[in-house]
Amino acid sequence: MSRFQCPVCEYTYDERAGEPREGFPPGTAWAGVPDTWCCPDCGVREKVDFAETVGGSLGETTGEPPVNLGREPS
Amino acid sequence: MALTAPAASPATWRDGKKYLWLLGLFVPAFPFLAWALANATGMGFFWWSELLLLYSAFPWIDHAVGKDPGNPPDALLAWLEQQRYYRWCTYLYLPLQYAGLVMACYLWSRGGLSTADKLGLAFTTGFVSGNGINAAHELGHKKDSVERWLSKVALAQTAYGHFFIEHNRGHHVRVATPQDPASARLGETYWRFWPRTVWGSLRSAWGLESRRLARTGRSPWTVRNDVLNAWAMTLVLFGTLMAVFGPGILPYLLLQAVVGFSLLETINYIEHYGLLRQKAGGERYERCAPRHSWNCNNLASNVLLYHLQRHSDHHANPTRRYQALRHVDEAPELPAGYPTMTLLAWIPPLWRRIMDERVLAHYGGDPDLANIQPGLHGRYRA
Repeated sequence: MSRFQCPVCEYTYDERAGEPREGFPPGTAWAGVPDTWCCPDCGVREKVDFAETVGGSLGETTGEPPVNLGREPS
Repeated sequence: MALTAPAASPATWRDGKKYLWLLGLFVPAFPFLAWALANATGMGFFWWSELLLLYSAFPWIDHAVGKDPGNPPDALLAWLEQQRYYRWCTYLYLPLQYAGLVMACYLWSRGGLSTADKLGLAFTTGFVSGNGINAAHELGHKKDSVERWLSKVALAQTAYGHFFIEHNRGHHVRVATPQDPASARLGETYWRFWPRTVWGSLRSAWGLESRRLARTGRSPWTVRNDVLNAWAMTLVLFGTLMAVFGPGILPYLLLQAVVGFSLLETINYIEHYGLLRQKAGGERYERCAPRHSWNCNNLASNVLLYHLQRHSDHHANPTRRYQALRHVDEAPELPAGYPTMTLLAWIPPLWRRIMDERVLAHYGGDPDLANIQPGLHGRYRA
């Protein structure tokens, strides 16, 4: 189970918790979220721009887009 | 090794605009001011006072007060956003907005006002509810569920509850592309833009909620649909006001709502006029950048609009609170503040004369790089 963070705001998608309001029940794998799904908080970046968080946090943001550790869009 | 300068801290940095934000509450105070002036002088034109002041004195005040390019230090942005004082400046807009509406309903129903006076009061109330969409906009972008609810409450008066969905999940995603109903195209007049954005935004909001609910296995006809429950607030509001003040107020209620959301759509028209994100190779548009929003750094209008004119930073960081929005040097700058530009937008020849050359200059004279109204390419190719 992994977590994926929006590179703009602090929104994080946690596979364990899912996002029931958006139609992704707890346990929905990141691969089950459509590529065109946008960050529900800021609406700036789509799923493919999200980065997998290591140890639950991205740490300091530098203003540079973080390296995308997420799976390649299929 | 050189000494490093001390990092900015809340103890060494002062926010010069801190108390100016309270001036934003001057706008919803206008119906009361109009009533007091009309009553004291017996002159009916004071019912129109908001428009009169906004379009006679304010452009000069906005120009005379001048620019404010100052930014809070980066290190203090998070601290500044957490100061609760700034939130109250926006929350307080709502009780004033609704107190003004109730007073207007009373005056519309009481008798003693001419039709022209009642219309003037409807326009003044409409400008308050339209500017209330700006307060709703600030609140609707936040992660806090109470603030999101307050945003819907503020939108009830203009029957524009769907804005809260469409703006955050539609407009911000497709901004400065031909697919966005709320991004105006080069050569498109405000009057042509109006039906496209009003209808297109409504349709898009419905589609966004329908798709979200379909993923949860529900039909769109449920109270969980944020478009429907926001509109329900309007029905309850208008129904209650008519029950108290009589059905005769309905035409004025509807008029102030149309005036209010039309003012919001005028601001939409200005914010991205002619600007276009290019397609980077494939099908995706390039990311939204400072160059895709018109900005204005005028202090007076920025204070009344909660920094809405620092629009590039808003699109880069939509959840950032208004007091922490920054001026960006690369952003295209408007020749005047949004309030003055709204007046120009309603007069298309004047708007085109002032703005079209600025859009073309922004693109180095190449109209093909602009978001251009279909069929008008010939007009802009020299």
